Amino acid sequence: MGKTLFEKVWDSHSVATLGNGQTQLLIDTHLIHEVTSPQAFGMLRDLGLKVAYPQRTFATVDHIVPTDSQVSPFSDPLAEAMIQELNKNAVEFGVTYFNLSSGKQGIVHVVGPEQGITQPGTTIACGDSHTATHGAFGAIAFGIGTTQVRDVLATQTMALSKMKVRRINVDGKLRAGVYAKDVILHIIRLLGANGGIGHAYEYGGSLFDAFSMEERMTVCNMSIEGGARCGYVNPDEKTFEYLKGRPYSPKSEEWDKTVAAWRAVASDSDAVYDDVVNIKAEDVPPTVTWGVSPDQAIAVTENVPTSESATSEAQRVSIKEALDYMKFPGGQPIKGTKVDVAFIGSCTNGRLSDFREVAHYLKGKHVASSVKAIAVPGSQIVDVMARQEGLDKIFTDAGFEWRGAGCSMCLAMNPDKLVGDQLCASSSNRNFKGRQGSPTGRTVLMSPLMVAAAAITGSVADAREVFDLSV
Amino acid sequence: MALAKVTHFTGLGVYVPGSDIDTDRIIPARFMKCVTFDGLGEFLFYDVRKNEDGSDKAHPLNDTRFKGATILLSGTNFGCGSSREHAPQALYRYGIKAVIAESFAEIFFGNCTTLSMPCVVATGDDIRALASAVEADPQLEIKIDLEKLRVFYGDKNFTVFMPETAREALTTGNWDPIAELLENKDAVDKTIRALGVV
Repeated sequence: MGKTLFEKVWDSHSVATLGNGQTQLLIDTHLIHEVTSPQAFGMLRDLGLKVAYPQRTFATVDHIVPTDSQVSPFSDPLAEAMIQELNKNAVEFGVTYFNLSSGKQGIVHVVGPEQGITQPGTTIACGDSHTATHGAFGAIAFGIGTTQVRDVLATQTMALSKMKVRRINVDGKLRAGVYAKDVILHIIRLLGANGGIGHAYEYGGSLFDAFSMEERMTVCNMSIEGGARCGYVNPDEKTFEYLKGRPYSPKSEEWDKTVAAWRAVASDSDAVYDDVVNIKAEDVPPTVTWGVSPDQAIAVTENVPTSESATSEAQRVSIKEALDYMKFPGGQPIKGTKVDVAFIGSCTNGRLSDFREVAHYLKGKHVASSVKAIAVPGSQIVDVMARQEGLDKIFTDAGFEWRGAGCSMCLAMNPDKLVGDQLCASSSNRNFKGRQGSPTGRTVLMSPLMVAAAAITGSVADAREVFDLSV
Repeated sequence: MALAKVTHFTGLGVYVPGSDIDTDRIIPARFMKCVTFDGLGEFLFYDVRKNEDGSDKAHPLNDTRFKGATILLSGTNFGCGSSREHAPQALYRYGIKAVIAESFAEIFFGNCTTLSMPCVVATGDDIRALASAVEADPQLEIKIDLEKLRVFYGDKNFTVFMPETAREALTTGNWDPIAELLENKDAVDKTIRALGVV
């Protein structure tokens, strides 16, 4: 009987069985950022511990960095204190730090793959729930809490319970105007925001085979919104091609041997899964959220549900709560909902291919005067490459602001925030209440091209109509 | 240093209904601009508890009848979203030391366990019945028994679920794994060499 990639990686990285039955799992690569690491370093100091393998921890700063001016000291003293703390910890404990002056800073989940730090068959942990992004490379990657950041720093291991594996097959081709973002929103809509609890998601099928690494990252990124702590795609030639020649990728003399090992770690063809879900790519519509949980999603052509449409009392309560918060009557088309802010960026959709795709259609169009539109590259490298291609100019000519790299308005820990009950068409990953910085701010999640369509028309729109794509 | 064995927890309850209560709601991101967890309790559920001018909204935690509650009752997928340990830390520092919910998000659950906060799963019916009893008598004593995996209140009780690994860790006083992880250093080095990681 064959094994899944998850089982192979789990087995090879199991150090011991702990007293409570959990596994002590070796973490190959530990990524840290300024928000969830300072307390962990504080705990190390309290315990008199060092970082066991400092060469396996990589730091960057992303959550709190301003995207307009990135010159330190920041105008926000709290943000400045956090970045200073990370500077201090990186030096004191000897970990590699891609800081703002490195030219390599960015959202931790964009930086890892870009540097070739993210590799197939490895375990990757980070104090951030979107760590599953790295699963696109066939890594078992997951978010951890700060106490576990301490554990990984101190021991290069952590205590974890083994997950089940659900295979999600998506076969066929996406229709025009439908993107990887729509695929994951559709999966979450089908399986629920809690559907993946206790599971790792293995994404496969002909659509994933055809997907670029960046598209795979977009899907894996939002595994957690579906309740799955990690999600991955088996490594293939595209994975190897992407990694070849990157700063931390294996060098030429080791390359062939390493690729052979990476190839062998993919799930066996006769691997057995705890669960299998099959989806047809043609059935995936351009998808948008209408509520305050990522599974509250509909096709852009559909109407927002009403609480009367609920099939259970619990669902009725959550629909009503979401409609009240979103200030939606319910039953109306989502298309045409007025938008105040448009945000393209985040670890979900802040990579070069996202900006390229939007720029292709944005040329010659202009953002509606009522909309504030910002484009935030996921890393300094994405920023530089986009500028080299002139993408920034296309965005700014269209009325977008082109910003510096960071998490920005995905979680609004920097000055990029909604004001009052502004509604944001957002390429990010969470539509939680208050997520974008205003306690009453509203988020509608969608693909980057749909954000551009909303920015241009001033309301939630079908990108296929706005950009004249054949449906 | 031996850790406390958490075999049971007794306290007063407060019901915060809803499904998919995420960690952004438990502690909004703007309050995470800090380098310690101190003071997070003050901002627990801030945006659903406070108006923009800082005055109180109607929220169970603002209801003086439930002051002193240490056990929070809620719905499905409690603690979903961000991995921020700031969420359980905010609950803990506010005074919530245990949670009974219909289900928990995985990272949140693990974070709570390493803080010795028991999170037990019960059916919606049992939770709502307990919530009604708490509503009728906010001073009602609730006992979460992790050895029997039952919750007791008044003359009633119901079954709860907790993954065996977490139950074992709490009841034997091994909820913080750091000592055990450090002890296995030789095995860690061996695994690292076998994998050729470093």
